[in-house]
Amino acid sequence: MPKLKLALYWAASCGGCDVAVLDINEKILDVAALADIVLWPIAMDFKYHHVEAMDDKSIDVCLFNGAVRNSEQEEIAKLLRAKSKIMVAFGACACFGGIPALANLKDRADILERAYIEAPTNDNPERTFPQTQTRVKEGELELPEFFDTVRALNQVVGVEYYLPGCPPPVELILKVVDALATGQLPPVGSVIASDKALCDECLRTKEEKRITKIYRPHQIIPDPQRCFLEQGLICLGPATRGGCGQRCIKANMPCRGCFGPPPGVVDQGAKMLSAVASIYDVSDEEGIVRMVEEIVDPAGTFYRFAMSTSLLERKRT
Amino acid sequence: MSFEPKIVGFLCNWCSYAGADLAGTSRMKYAPNVRVVRVMCSGRMDPTFVLKAFQRGADGVLVCGCHPGDCHYMEGNYKTARRISLLKRMLAQLGIEDERLRLEWVSASEGERFARIVDDMTKRIKELGPFAKQKVSGGQHAKA
Repeated sequence: MPKLKLALYWAASCGGCDVAVLDINEKILDVAALADIVLWPIAMDFKYHHVEAMDDKSIDVCLFNGAVRNSEQEEIAKLLRAKSKIMVAFGACACFGGIPALANLKDRADILERAYIEAPTNDNPERTFPQTQTRVKEGELELPEFFDTVRALNQVVGVEYYLPGCPPPVELILKVVDALATGQLPPVGSVIASDKALCDECLRTKEEKRITKIYRPHQIIPDPQRCFLEQGLICLGPATRGGCGQRCIKANMPCRGCFGPPPGVVDQGAKMLSAVASIYDVSDEEGIVRMVEEIVDPAGTFYRFAMSTSLLERKRT
Repeated sequence: MSFEPKIVGFLCNWCSYAGADLAGTSRMKYAPNVRVVRVMCSGRMDPTFVLKAFQRGADGVLVCGCHPGDCHYMEGNYKTARRISLLKRMLAQLGIEDERLRLEWVSASEGERFARIVDDMTKRIKELGPFAKQKVSGGQHAKA
């Protein structure tokens, strides 16, 4: 069998997904035996024009991590889509927008203002902002254009498979590698994870879910055996797809939702909001006000990883 | 043409839907802007319904249930009171005005009250203007 051609790309991401690929340790040798890497900006020196020169659909698999928030990322997403047979949205950002998509609660102008003027380490009295074109004496310099809205990969190009997680766990990456090696691919559109909610897999003791106070993770040390929600900690387990191996739960941290919504759920944030409001056991006006105050940042908490693909996608202006 | 808001109304089967029915059978005049969806209980209101309504172009969402203490299922309306309160807070973060989502208690005998609520909400949303239906998936991006 000829070797597969593999591309890995990062768009708006932290680099953790690329590190996760390396975290498969000695199995990376299997990947090397299985595939020739044709693009991997974090690790290898290939240029975009190398990819442009390839025939369409000549790359077998592209593992694309990161959300799309500027014109370079959009351009490369489209380029890699044209050149790849299989596009994998790799990690929470590519799947649902991820952490970068929290920027959708702001506007482009707010973000630039914060980054280049307000942030305490700035000293920018002339209000210099990055420009897409700058003339210098050697010629014209170009920068990608920064978008108003952060999008998930499938809002820009077609995607065959989704591998969620922040970052995707090693076991699931290996599952993808095995599927590619054996050619036994799941149906197009599959999410490579569990088809159940995280709560379904969680082994913590679950009794009656009725709470009267919500704590933030730094305020209490949770009982390592008991359901986080029953202890008053917001755990996104009820509204999050399982299959992650419960990395956070086992480290005594509540789920933050990086696997996105379970099958059948469109809007992870709305479902989680519903769950929390359901178990908060108050019926008087005062209690309800207290509940709302205790949840400091509902949009940021419930849509921490899935803002781009939520129903409203972004803030209205 | 003047702006006629589209309001989606979710009314509970036992109190509010009967209240709206009473407004109708009593031939009360009120704004025709609410499209009513009957739910078995206001506690059936998944916050997803509200977001979906806005996403599909509603200018406002009205949720009506039984008065506190009157819920046919004991505590469905309390659940909805909590959900809607929390959802309002989240919608504020998403730039959606408070008046666009409204929770009211309407009993089966309160046809008049239902009609006034609809009139009032229609008026307020007319003042606010249409809900900004932003097309964000198409690669649209503002210049600085």
